[in-house]
Amino acid sequence: MEQIFNKISDKLYSDLKNDENLTLSLQGENSQYLRVNNAKVRQAGLVNNTDLAFDFIYNKRNCQGQITLSGDYDNDYQRATEELNRLRAEIVQLPEDPFIVLPENTGSTRESKSANGLDIDKAVDALLPIMAGVDLVGIWSSGRIFSGSSNSAGQKHWFETDTYSLDFSLVNKDHKMVKGTFAGSDWDQSKYESYINDAKLKLELMNKKPVKMKPGKYRTWFESKAVADFLSMFSWQGVSEANIRQGSSAFIKMRDEDIKLSPLFSLNEDFRPGLVPRFNERGEIAPENLSVIEKGNLVNTMISSRTAKEYKVESNNASGEEYLRAPKMAVGNLTDDKVLNELGTGLFLSNLHYLNWSDNIGGRITGLTRYACFWVENGEIVGPIETMRFDDTIYNLFGSELEAVGDNVKINPEVETYEGRQYGNITCPGMLVKSFELTL
Amino acid sequence: MIQQLQKLLNVVDVPADWIGLREVDERTTVRFIRDGHPQSNARAKTFGIMVEVLADGQFGYVGTNDISKKGIQSAAKKAYQQAKLAARYAIHFFNDAARPKAVGSYNSPYKNAFNESSPGELNELMTKGSKVLKVSDKVISTNAFAQIVESKHKFVSSNGSDISQDFLMVTFDLVATAQDGTNINTRSAGGLRGLSRQIGAELFDEEWILAKAKEIGEQAVELTTAEDCPTGTMDLVLAPDQMMLQIHESVGHALEIDRILGDERNYAGWSFVKLEDFGKLQYGSKLMNATYDPTYTGQFASFGFDDGGLKADKEYLIKDGLLVRGLGGKESQIRSGVPGVANFRSSSWNRAPIDRMGNINLEPGNSTFAEIISSVKKGVYMESNRSWSIDDYRNKFQFGCEYGKLIENGKLTKTVRNPNYRAISNPFWRSLEMIGNQDTFEMYGTPYCGKGEPNQVIRVGHASPVCLFKDVAIFGGA
Repeated sequence: MEQIFNKISDKLYSDLKNDENLTLSLQGENSQYLRVNNAKVRQAGLVNNTDLAFDFIYNKRNCQGQITLSGDYDNDYQRATEELNRLRAEIVQLPEDPFIVLPENTGSTRESKSANGLDIDKAVDALLPIMAGVDLVGIWSSGRIFSGSSNSAGQKHWFETDTYSLDFSLVNKDHKMVKGTFAGSDWDQSKYESYINDAKLKLELMNKKPVKMKPGKYRTWFESKAVADFLSMFSWQGVSEANIRQGSSAFIKMRDEDIKLSPLFSLNEDFRPGLVPRFNERGEIAPENLSVIEKGNLVNTMISSRTAKEYKVESNNASGEEYLRAPKMAVGNLTDDKVLNELGTGLFLSNLHYLNWSDNIGGRITGLTRYACFWVENGEIVGPIETMRFDDTIYNLFGSELEAVGDNVKINPEVETYEGRQYGNITCPGMLVKSFELTL
Repeated sequence: MIQQLQKLLNVVDVPADWIGLREVDERTTVRFIRDGHPQSNARAKTFGIMVEVLADGQFGYVGTNDISKKGIQSAAKKAYQQAKLAARYAIHFFNDAARPKAVGSYNSPYKNAFNESSPGELNELMTKGSKVLKVSDKVISTNAFAQIVESKHKFVSSNGSDISQDFLMVTFDLVATAQDGTNINTRSAGGLRGLSRQIGAELFDEEWILAKAKEIGEQAVELTTAEDCPTGTMDLVLAPDQMMLQIHESVGHALEIDRILGDERNYAGWSFVKLEDFGKLQYGSKLMNATYDPTYTGQFASFGFDDGGLKADKEYLIKDGLLVRGLGGKESQIRSGVPGVANFRSSSWNRAPIDRMGNINLEPGNSTFAEIISSVKKGVYMESNRSWSIDDYRNKFQFGCEYGKLIENGKLTKTVRNPNYRAISNPFWRSLEMIGNQDTFEMYGTPYCGKGEPNQVIRVGHASPVCLFKDVAIFGGA
């Protein structure tokens, strides 16, 4: 597909007339999806999809298009030409856009990461047998994902990688569950089987007698995945400069009221592991490592070039949606072996569910406990808790109530597949808070 | 075009027990004006074919963008191989009864088609709307948003199915954000892109849009000086644009049979409803009548056939408060033995169908809006969802709205901001005390219902009257 992308790019740019500017952005996947319920296959299939997006600028006007590519150059070039002509016909009808940013050539990149993954015809036999005897439900996703960007100023980027993930839940007879995600690039059957066997052992913890909680404030340890659930909210009406300027961000209090989070909390946008393309849909290269929150202070927001032009600030080449693409939270001092003792009596939460801003401007998030969540007394796990709703603010959890941060970061891979398989992860440690409010 | 798809089916040569080809050719056009300037004029086209085969009792699929004869034959071979390999571990052994023969067509109802000459006019109208939204300097941001989806679905199969469905779907929104000091509030046209329906260009009536823009702008400003919603247990009156979300989360998802069968436990979750509850569980008060109605004219998720070929019909899910039917397509009906509906739907050609909501509606009752309000001594009336969260069993929910009004001694009084409420699904629906009549009945929908692995986002519709719930936990902002 890279060759087709390059050929279409070259041809379309040579077809452009004076004063026409064009940026092309490609996203694609060749994926296997195996859906599993009760350790049996529910649905099995493959998806091959490639979308080519157009950003067309002419005479201070801007419009966008997108087509599906078939993999046949002649057919795809014809589709691309038709789309370009459609954009030409439309753009003259549109009003001027004062915040257009013309494409530039700031250099080209290419990264291709092949892996020795699991063959599509071997996946069922490799994955299913070890699941025998346990109620496992989840999704196997594997294959190649690829992204390209080019523009009429001559810039070109390509990124492709082979990945897999088995995102799953194990369920006991009382419907208590533990969560696991086995993800990577090169397949290792023995590591996979060990991971599943370890998860089975964790499930045994869920056999303890459940504890019924009452609403109230509790001392709480959040495992890395639960912290990642909170951090993912920062990308939705949080860290975006446009959202802050337009009155729809939980970070406005940090900007306008100078409210700080805890000095124990630092967050970076860190592309150094190389798991995510540094170029955005416009082909702009993000800083390799950008501090977002430094010891509780908001030092950078995500700023796209369009936002930068509108508000006369400097872009850090964020994506158009201004979300975190490579978030990494800094570690603290609390070692894994001391977590339960430091928690003492309180909640040990492994996963959270269905988070939403209940008061976006106030920074308040509601959601629920899910999976391996326990009540702990005097450093000992008493038993799993019944599902509880919480409602608390980021200013409490990452601010006044934050007592300690774990010294061990974990990589929480992105497993959502709405627009196809995704790159990336949220890298973060666990954290201990003095108070966390359960409400129902 | 349907003949071309049939020709492609004819060239497929695999020894499968059943073969189906489902083609989706969809154009999504977005016109988005922010603060009087164009933010996006975008059209995304997606085009491909889902090749599905049945072998050894297991379905296998390949979603492909290569729609050449060679490409479809290659996809069918791979789908067959996936089915054969998976069949040894299949959760259920199906036959072609899961894909009944169906022949027919469906077309969205509309008066005026969109055409290529309208982008400039639509930009001009929405720019006007964006400017009208800014009713004062307190309004710091305005949005006018329109999404037009033209979608052509075709389905042919080896057992004679031949379905053609053409959809025209429009989502429209107006949003104003107003600020007074540190108090910032946002008001929109129904929340959650709620103004979503099958309609044509006639939706873009200038007089209506500009009047709506003025109302939204004024209410956003009004909220900046409003008191925070009080906290306490009191009566709750919900407008239809919040009932949309209430029905969606605490009725619709809970009744999906694939959830009850456990397919979704790793993602969207399970359900407090069990298979044995159908025909027995008193889901809500006697006033509660919930229907699955893909035949409702102009509603967002109306269609003629689901993606398994099942003909769409209106069915009662909950009758006089009693749970009578689930949201399960043919596969789920076969697996569970529970009566279902035609709701085996996929988001596009690149996803396999699963049990989805379509139009889930609450049938109107007898009470006027005035009668409902006058019956409340102390309570809050809420409009337009802005926050939603519910647990993986669809029990404990918490929802927030954009705009609230206190109800004191039978009268609507002060406007309140940040109105929220929380409850548990079953007792909440049993507390349904009054249900509005046809005059209070309004139709909404949203393009954003997420579910499934791999993930799928799908369009749903919900229509409802105004409803009164007794003794609900209500509260305000941070």
